[in-house]
Amino acid sequence: MGVIALLATLFVPLAGAMILLFIDRNQEKAIKVTALVITVATFLTSLLLLPAFDASTASMQFVIDMPWITSLDAGFRVGLDGTSLLMVLLTTLIMPIAMLTSLNPIKKSIKEYYVLMLILQFGMVGVFMALDTFLFYVFWELILIPMYFIIGIWGGKDRIYAAMKFFLYTLAGSLLMLIAIIWLGLAAKTAGIGFTADLMKLRMIGPAIPMDIQKWLFLAFGLSFFIKVPLFPLHTWLPDAHVQAPTAGSVILAAVLLKLGTYGLIRFNLELFPQASIEFAGAISVLAVIGIIYGALVAMVQTDIKKLVAYSSVSHLGFVVLGIFSLTVEGVQGAVIQMVNHGISTGMLFLCVGVLYERRHTREISEYGGITNVMPRFAVLFAIAMFASVGLPGLNGFVGEFLTLLGAFRSPFLGSWTYAVISATGVIFAAVYLLWMYQRVMFGTNDNPKNKHLPDLTKNEYWQLVPLAILIIWIGVAPRTLMNLSEQSVRAVVSKVEHFHAH
Amino acid sequence: MNYAALIPLFPLIGFVIVAFFGKRLKNEKLIGGIASTAILASFVTAVMVFVGLTNRPEDDRSVIVHVYSWIATGSFSVDVAYQFDQLSILFTLIITGIGFLIHVYSIGYMHGDAGFPRFFAYLNLFVFMMLNLVLASNFLLTFLGWEGVGLASYLLIGFWYDRKFEGTRITWTGDAAMKAFVVNRIGDFGVLLAMFMLFNQFGTLDYATINAQAPGVLTAGGTAVTLITLLLFLGCAGKSAQIPLGVWLPDAMAGPTPVSALIHAATMVTSGIFLIARTNVLFAMSPTTMAVVTGVGITTALIAGTIGIAQRDIKKVLAYSTVSQLGFMFAALGVGAFTAGVFHVMTHAFFKALLFLGAGSVIHGMHHEQDIMKMGGLRKYMPITYRTFFIGTLAISGIPFLSGFFSKDEILWFAFLNGSPVLWGIGAVAAFTTAFYMWRVLSLTFNGTERFDHHHLHPHESPATMTIPLIVLAVLSVFGGLLGVPHVIGHALHFPNLLEHWLEPVFATGMSMLTAHGGDHTSTEVILMTASTVLAILGILLARRIYANGLETASGIAARFTGVYQLLLNKYYVDEVYQMFIAGPILALSRDAMWKIVDVIVIDGAVNGSARIVGASATALRKIQSGVAQNYALIMMAGIVVLVAMVVIPMLR
Repeated sequence: MGVIALLATLFVPLAGAMILLFIDRNQEKAIKVTALVITVATFLTSLLLLPAFDASTASMQFVIDMPWITSLDAGFRVGLDGTSLLMVLLTTLIMPIAMLTSLNPIKKSIKEYYVLMLILQFGMVGVFMALDTFLFYVFWELILIPMYFIIGIWGGKDRIYAAMKFFLYTLAGSLLMLIAIIWLGLAAKTAGIGFTADLMKLRMIGPAIPMDIQKWLFLAFGLSFFIKVPLFPLHTWLPDAHVQAPTAGSVILAAVLLKLGTYGLIRFNLELFPQASIEFAGAISVLAVIGIIYGALVAMVQTDIKKLVAYSSVSHLGFVVLGIFSLTVEGVQGAVIQMVNHGISTGMLFLCVGVLYERRHTREISEYGGITNVMPRFAVLFAIAMFASVGLPGLNGFVGEFLTLLGAFRSPFLGSWTYAVISATGVIFAAVYLLWMYQRVMFGTNDNPKNKHLPDLTKNEYWQLVPLAILIIWIGVAPRTLMNLSEQSVRAVVSKVEHFHAH
Repeated sequence: MNYAALIPLFPLIGFVIVAFFGKRLKNEKLIGGIASTAILASFVTAVMVFVGLTNRPEDDRSVIVHVYSWIATGSFSVDVAYQFDQLSILFTLIITGIGFLIHVYSIGYMHGDAGFPRFFAYLNLFVFMMLNLVLASNFLLTFLGWEGVGLASYLLIGFWYDRKFEGTRITWTGDAAMKAFVVNRIGDFGVLLAMFMLFNQFGTLDYATINAQAPGVLTAGGTAVTLITLLLFLGCAGKSAQIPLGVWLPDAMAGPTPVSALIHAATMVTSGIFLIARTNVLFAMSPTTMAVVTGVGITTALIAGTIGIAQRDIKKVLAYSTVSQLGFMFAALGVGAFTAGVFHVMTHAFFKALLFLGAGSVIHGMHHEQDIMKMGGLRKYMPITYRTFFIGTLAISGIPFLSGFFSKDEILWFAFLNGSPVLWGIGAVAAFTTAFYMWRVLSLTFNGTERFDHHHLHPHESPATMTIPLIVLAVLSVFGGLLGVPHVIGHALHFPNLLEHWLEPVFATGMSMLTAHGGDHTSTEVILMTASTVLAILGILLARRIYANGLETASGIAARFTGVYQLLLNKYYVDEVYQMFIAGPILALSRDAMWKIVDVIVIDGAVNGSARIVGASATALRKIQSGVAQNYALIMMAGIVVLVAMVVIPMLR
């Protein structure tokens, strides 16, 4: 049952992409409906994973292991633990919403667009499911192509520059990862189990790799993930990519693509190289803390709403990285739930920016003001997304921020309160830049004649935002319903790291 | 006693109903009725819980009701659980009791406003959050309420989001709302860190455990407990508008007046006092923090009192008065007079809610005029408002046997006994300013010549929904003080100090840590009490002399002391200083140094440099390839070559 649901979740989008290829390009409605139905069906299928999942164990579930390149011991190996299950659910939830938000704005090459979107989903889910380094790499690279085109073809004015920047940044990282994957396989060979890409086997031998090599492997994997996160100072591709990407692209970028990086840090860096993780925890946390403050301060002075939200991601993802490298259960659990939270609330913020952009075709804050007067329903949902990002207790963001900071505060690996204390000031700045933006866009009098008659949310837009708003409140009020899923997986990782701390 | 958990639930239900169906109901009475009933239901339940607690033995009046496990991971665990004890039920009665009156008042005050349902939804949300704040059995749930009331406050200050508001460096009501939220966040930063430290020390955030174990876990007077309590106090200074975070409260007057009465006078702003009372054991363990609390409190009381003298907006005078009175409460807590501090919270809730609602009635009757210079002689148009406002003025001024008299003199007495004569002196001066500025408002508003335009303004008394709450609050302002009659008076009359007795178990451990000042001081206490009362009466007489006949005497004085007058009128230029030395530099640094230099020039410069090299080669490649995408394939190919080489070469070796 679980295995079938897992395979369906992975392959239905790919099958959907193929179906789309057979639909005539002029049948626009049929293409849109098919794409939407496929993503909704995938989401429903992924929900079947929940009852089948056993949250009381840390081991991989619904595992499939089929030979692929036997000479390299690379296989089609997939499976899920609590952490990856949450990421898969986040992806399958976001995709139908991304489809809904594409219906109107995407007007050219519709068929190609939806095919690419479905391939993108296939790649993202694949990354979260892969239990084989080669398979992981293939999925990782697979994502790059559709995203590159989505920004480059359907993006804004400077789309080519942004797409190229996104492409080069990510490619630089993934080449390093490829080298690390091969090196890791060779290390397995040295360790006496032969060259392998099997993540489960590599997990066993990872800690046995001598520190001088482990360090380099850690950094090679780490760098590709840090670029994706993005960790300061590797973040400058993000504002450009976000601003130029169409709304759906920004939503997916923020909600899922950045999580590939933080997910990779947990899955590879922590699980394979516990000693190196301890070694580098302090240095990485310093960058995370800088990112938190820097992202917030730079977000504060943006005049473009989308850029503001993009820089806020730099700040929010800083919390995630800090939580991960606190190497405590509270911190890593906080990071995992914060990954989900950021996906939901920042995704929602980008949708809100999209709502405004669709009406006015500008993202300049100064073009707006007093929008609440004409769009009261939008004002409420926008406010919920904003306060979720602010980290208001009772909404989702607070749970993640609190736990990551708590983890950093009491981490024996960081050994200092300073990280948490400085990062906590980010909470103040978050209130400043988000409330200030909201104040300038939504409050005041509606003086701009172009804004006098903006229509409130359409039904389509309304139903993109409402499910996310419900989740924001749900996770804020009852975070355990989701956090219990990843509790055991996270405990297993952390206890592994702690084991090597003692030695 | 599980039904007690209904207390916070009713306002939540009210909020949900009004928020989702309010617009469709289209009936103001029905909407207001639903929202008020929700609060009344909480109040009735709170009374039942109170009776239930009194029926229990004195040392067993703390009941914890678990609702569900909120967050639990690793070794961290926090429940949504409510603690019903002497302290929390007292605050609950104040919040729901006064809250109900203000809800009823608002039905009249907000009549005809387009945002009527929205207003009541926010009010119910506020009460829900406030009840979570005081009823929580642990720090984190209090923190939820703490930031939750901040949210409600934000929404209500900015309720008329499209109106301008004349404030310090502020143009819109929304600016004032944002200022309140952000300044509070600075305080919340302290609470957040305090919680981390507490969890590190105690392994839990439950009040019961922390209060019980604190004497064993922490060293009295040690760095840890001082740091924890100072951080907590930072939060209290934010929420309760003390120096240096008091700047938001006067601007919060941008909200509708019932909001000012409920949130920014009677309940939310006393959260800081509540938190210190709740964690009195921790505070009592740190003499340093206690000294800071006293110092900040008494200074705030004096400074805000002096600013109140020069303000022209009726609500701003009351706002500074609130800041000043809150300062008194903190001073009381700081010298270890916990009961006196909480007592003043209660009496202040009565008379300050009364004064604000009275001001609201005036503003309502004067068609949104708030400048007391443009009022005068209103007593004949608004008799009920005038009489109740008069009572409120006497109560806050500390006229004997009204509620404010008992609580304020209790504070001043302990400031002398546990503190110093100087402390008493500053407090007495602050009390003098209170009497002065309140009588000034009373005179300029209700007495003397009518300074408004009769052709455009027709002042009128407010409807019954507004005057009845005024009357109830006036009665409470008169008799409310009898709950805490000081021993020096009560002893002679055989009247017990009910409140002190009721709260004794809550403060027992905290009090045991402080030096007790025993002995018989009856004569000293009576002398000081007389002295402060005389000062208050002098304040009234002075104000009467200056303002009884209009503005001439006053403007004469203002002209003679221009410097001082400008300083007070401009609130000591605190906002300007913050803007110049904090907000401005941070903005400039972020924009000009970080974004435009680090991001755009340094990092992107490096990236674009390398991109240009790749771009150039891509242009070359494009001559043989057809598009950009193929570059990727090429690079991939190169990667695969490297891959194969790396795999094959070691194998050959």
